[in-house]
Amino acid sequence: MLRLPSFQLEEPKSLYAALVLLAEAKGEAMVIAGGTDLLPNLKHGLFAPKLLVSLARIEGFVGIEEEPDGALLVGPMTPLARVAESELVQAKAPALAQAASLVAGPQLRTQGTLGGNVMLDTRCQWYNQTHFWRQSLGYCLKKDGTACHVVQGGKKCVAAASNDTAPALMTLGATLRFERLNEKRELPIKSLWSPDGIWNKRCDKDELLTAIRIPAQDPGHRGAYGKLRTRESIDFPLLGLAARLTLDHEGRVQDAEISGVALAARPSPVRGVADVLRGTLPGTAEFDEAVEAAAQLAYKQLRPLDNVPGSAWYRREMVPVLARRTLQAAAKGEGPVHPL
Amino acid sequence: MRVLQLEINGDAREVAAHDHWTLLEVLRYSLGLVGSKQGCDKGDCGSCTVLFDGKPVLSCLTLAASAVGHQVTTIEGLAPKPTGTLQPVLDPVQVAFNDCGALQCGFCQPGMMLSARALLNTNAEPSREEIHQALSGNLCRCTGYTQIVQAVETAVARIAQGDGASASNDGAAGHSPPDGGVPA
Ligand SMILES: Cc1cc2nc3c(=O)[nH]c(=O)nc-3n(C[C@H](O)[C@H](O)[C@H](O)COP(=O)(O)OP(=O)(O)OC[C@H]3O[C@@H](n4cnc5c(N)ncnc54)[C@H](O)[C@@H]3O)c2cc1C
Ligand code: SF4
Ligand code: FES
Ligand code: FES
Repeated sequence: MLRLPSFQLEEPKSLYAALVLLAEAKGEAMVIAGGTDLLPNLKHGLFAPKLLVSLARIEGFVGIEEEPDGALLVGPMTPLARVAESELVQAKAPALAQAASLVAGPQLRTQGTLGGNVMLDTRCQWYNQTHFWRQSLGYCLKKDGTACHVVQGGKKCVAAASNDTAPALMTLGATLRFERLNEKRELPIKSLWSPDGIWNKRCDKDELLTAIRIPAQDPGHRGAYGKLRTRESIDFPLLGLAARLTLDHEGRVQDAEISGVALAARPSPVRGVADVLRGTLPGTAEFDEAVEAAAQLAYKQLRPLDNVPGSAWYRREMVPVLARRTLQAAAKGEGPVHPL
Repeated sequence: MRVLQLEINGDAREVAAHDHWTLLEVLRYSLGLVGSKQGCDKGDCGSCTVLFDGKPVLSCLTLAASAVGHQVTTIEGLAPKPTGTLQPVLDPVQVAFNDCGALQCGFCQPGMMLSARALLNTNAEPSREEIHQALSGNLCRCTGYTQIVQAVETAVARIAQGDGASASNDGAAGHSPPDGGVPA
C-alpha cells in the first residue's frame, strides 16, 4: 500500500482561475493533469506540494484541431489514447501518433495526457523508489542527498528524460505555449530542454503548458517512432528514437532528422543526419548505405547512461539498430518499431 | 475532508474523503467495494482497473475527487443488475472466464475482466492481437495468459451467437472454449 501525502486539491473550471491559483500559491502548488506520473512520484515521497491544481475540469483543454494553415493544435489535457487514435495525427504527424500509442499500457494512455507527457519529470532507477528504499541507499542529488549513483563523483544529476512523445514532437518542429498570470510565450520544444536532471526544462515551475502546436508538414513528410523496452507494454523506454524524412517531388531525401530519449536529462537530436541522407532515394542501396551512416552518427552521439533499468552498454548497442529500423520504417510509411 | 457525490455501478453514492485519497482507497475502504484490487498501488499491474465512462483507468492513480461527474464501473457492477430471477446473471465475460479457467489465484481477474469488457464495448469482434493489446496493461502472475485470451475469445463467440449471458456461473455450462482449452 502506498499512501499519498496529504494536500489540498483545487479543480478550477477555467484557465484564468488556474493561473490565479498558481500565482497565489507562490511556488507551493503543483499541477496535476492525468496524474499518472505525479501520483506515483507523490506516493514515493518525491514532492510535498501543499496544493494540487488539477487541469481536468478546465474547459477547452482537450482536443485536436487543424488550423487553416494545416498546423495541428493539441490541447494539453488531450489523452494519449486520443492522440494515438486520431486520424489527423496519424496522417500529419505519424511519429507522434506512434509514440503516443507506445506509452505505458491502455489504462495509462486513457488517463495520461500529452501535456503531462511533455512535462514528465526525469527518471532514474535510484530516484523513482519509495522513501524507505532511497533512505537505505543514502539518497542522491535529485532528492535529499549529496551524491549521484549513476556518475561516480558526479556533481550534476543525469536522470533520464523518458517521455516517448518528446523526440517525436522535436522531429515535427512542435512549439509549446506557456502561460502565467498576465504572461504568455511560445517556445520551440527543441529549446525546452536543459541538461539538468533535477529540472530539465527551460520554463519555470509555475508556468502552465496550455497548447502544443505542430506546424503543417511538407507533403513529402515521413515519420516513425521506435522504442526499446523490456516488455511490449507498460514499460518506460529504455531507448526511444523518432525519425523524420522529408522527400522531394522525385521521392529523394531532401531533409532528415533523428531525435532520441531515455539517454540523459534531455532528449537529444543527432547532428549531421540530413547531410548523409540528402539526395538518396529510399528503396535503393545508396539509401540503405546512407541510413547505415546515419545509424553510426547516432551511435557516436547518443550515449545512454546507467540511469534507467537495462544496462547502458546494451542500450547503446541498440542505438544504431533502432536508428536504422526507424529510418527505414519512416521511408516506407510504416512503424512503430519494436526491436524485440 | 469533503463530501463527494459519486456514481458507482449506476448507484449514487455519497462519501466523505480527503483530497489525497485515491479512488481505489475510497472504493475499498469507504464503500467496501473490495473487488478492485490494490496490487502495486503505483500503476504497474492493472489489478485496480475500473471503468470511467466505459474506459479503463487505474483507480490507484485516480484521485477520488476527480471521479465526480463520471460513471464508475467496478467489478461489482460488471454483472447486469438482478431483475428478480433467482438465477444470478453474469456478464458474458465473467461466464467465459469461469468456464475457461482463466484464473489461478484470481487477483488479476477483476482488472482483466473490466479491460476485456471495455474492449468489447467498442469492438464486438476483436482479433487476437487486439485482445492482447487491450489486456496489455493487466499483469497476471499465475496463468501465463493463454486461458485469459481464450476466455475473451469465448465471450466474443458466444455474444455473436447470442447466448453470452445464458450460462450459469457454476462452470459446467456445457460450453467448451475454442482451441481445445480446458473448461474449469
Ligand atoms: C507504470 C507506468 C508506465 C509508464 N510508461 C510510460 C512510457 O512508457 N512512456 C512515457 O512517456 N511515460 C510513461 N509513463 C508516465 C506517464 O503515464 C505518461 O508520461 C503520461 O503522459 C503523463 O501524463 P499525465 O497527464 O498523467 O501527467 P501528470 O502526472 O499529471 O503530470 C506529469 C508532470 O507534468 C506536470 N504537468 C502536467 N501537465 C502540465 C501542464 N499542462 N503544464 C505544466 N505542467 C504540467 C505535472 O505537474 C507533473 O510534474 C508511465 C507511468 C506509469 C505509472
Ligand atoms: S542521475 Fe544521479 S542524482 Fe540524478 S536521480 Fe539518478 S542517482 Fe540521483
Ligand atoms: S494497483 Fe493500480 S496498477 Fe497496480
Ligand atoms: S490468476 Fe493470479 S495473478 Fe492472474
